[in-house]
Amino acid sequence: MTIKVQVTSVIQKVVNGNSEFEAEGSTISELIENIEDKYPGFLQQIADDSGELHRFVNIYVNDEDIRFINGKDTPLNSGDVVAFLPALSGGL
Amino acid sequence: MATIYIPTFFRQITAGNEYILVEGSNILESLESLSYLYPEMHDLIFDSDEQILRHVNIYINNHEIHELEGLDTLVNTEDQIAVIPALAGGAMTLSEENNGNQSALKPEEVMRYSRHIIMPQVGPQGQRKLRDAKVLVVGAGGLGGPVALYLALAGVGTIGITEFDVVDLSNLQRQILHQTADIDKPKLKSAKETLGLYNPHVEIIEHPMPLTSDNAMDIIPNYDIVVNGADNFATRYLVNDACYLAGKTLVDGAILLFDGQLTVYKPGYCCYRCLYPDPPPPGMVPSCAEAGVLGAITGIIGSMQATEVFKQILDIGEPMVNRLLLVDALTMQFREMKLRRDPACPLCGDNPTVKELIDYDAFCGSPPIEVLALN
Repeated sequence: MTIKVQVTSVIQKVVNGNSEFEAEGSTISELIENIEDKYPGFLQQIADDSGELHRFVNIYVNDEDIRFINGKDTPLNSGDVVAFLPALSGGL
Repeated sequence: MATIYIPTFFRQITAGNEYILVEGSNILESLESLSYLYPEMHDLIFDSDEQILRHVNIYINNHEIHELEGLDTLVNTEDQIAVIPALAGGAMTLSEENNGNQSALKPEEVMRYSRHIIMPQVGPQGQRKLRDAKVLVVGAGGLGGPVALYLALAGVGTIGITEFDVVDLSNLQRQILHQTADIDKPKLKSAKETLGLYNPHVEIIEHPMPLTSDNAMDIIPNYDIVVNGADNFATRYLVNDACYLAGKTLVDGAILLFDGQLTVYKPGYCCYRCLYPDPPPPGMVPSCAEAGVLGAITGIIGSMQATEVFKQILDIGEPMVNRLLLVDALTMQFREMKLRRDPACPLCGDNPTVKELIDYDAFCGSPPIEVLALN
């Protein structure tokens, strides 16, 4: 399954500055593992040491929050767009 | 010879024309010339004694003619005349004028806001809603600046601003309310001065303190809508909780680097805690001071926040409720995500545990705001 992955600027620094790239995976868990293999350090941005996803990072599949689908087990299909979005606090 | 501006609602008479070239050396002759070209216009401007109807104002180059020589005011080729009638239910109807109704729009307001008023989605009634609206802007910095500016320009009658910082040289790359001469001045003072120069009719209410759990419920309930321009997670959770508890709509925006986010939290729909149940640990997501921010992205997101406030006040269009807009200035791509109320949300979920404001510095593991301000 080739998935289109989109990340915002905070995470971009661990994926060679890309805002968009392709990765493989049939579920969100698999996708994250494969991205971590390619870009070590990625997992640390989105999950804690036990692998639990940070509660200030949301993951969207085709614009839908995975928390309201099936979490990390959410299945993926070729061509899906997965976005990783951490909270931003800036306003000043 | 002069040009007469015809407001939209009269253009059915003037075959859709916005500007009509007329003959005449003074206002009276110009209006007679207009009536000659479009006979139906006559009775909309003149009464049976050939005097200007009392609910119609005539302007020349944005000056009401009674300030000048009335109908005898001379006109030249470059002059622009405008025929602006009061509208029923809107600006200064005759009966309202006779009753001394304070809520009528004054002629200066009608002209100032004419580009809004002529739009059917606004109209004089909408303009009065804007004037009667009270909006709180949290922060007078990157986002709060353009928000407050566009609200003031639009004639939002009461704008409260919470801000306790002073203007720093490094603010001037993006914070449009402050100028070089304002360095070391309280931002609130500088913001109020700037907004007053743009629109002296708007009341700016100063809240010269950080928003905290102790004061938020004294301030927020006094406003109709709150706009978030905070620069830290503790204030973001505080504003979110206080707005929900006070039943106020929160127009939220955030920026970092080349990224911007925009959404609207309306009680009963999703809130910030539904989106992000917990804040990141300190240092995990950098601030603009640490990582940088594109100056113009504050203008993009701030203008959009002002637009959402405008729509909320007028109750028009599709609000950004349950929608999160992501702006990437580097690719100039705009993406939209769906947001949902989380039934497990501790604030707005089915079994809420947050029923009053908490200690947000402890929640976010951040030092108290007062300490940050001194840095």
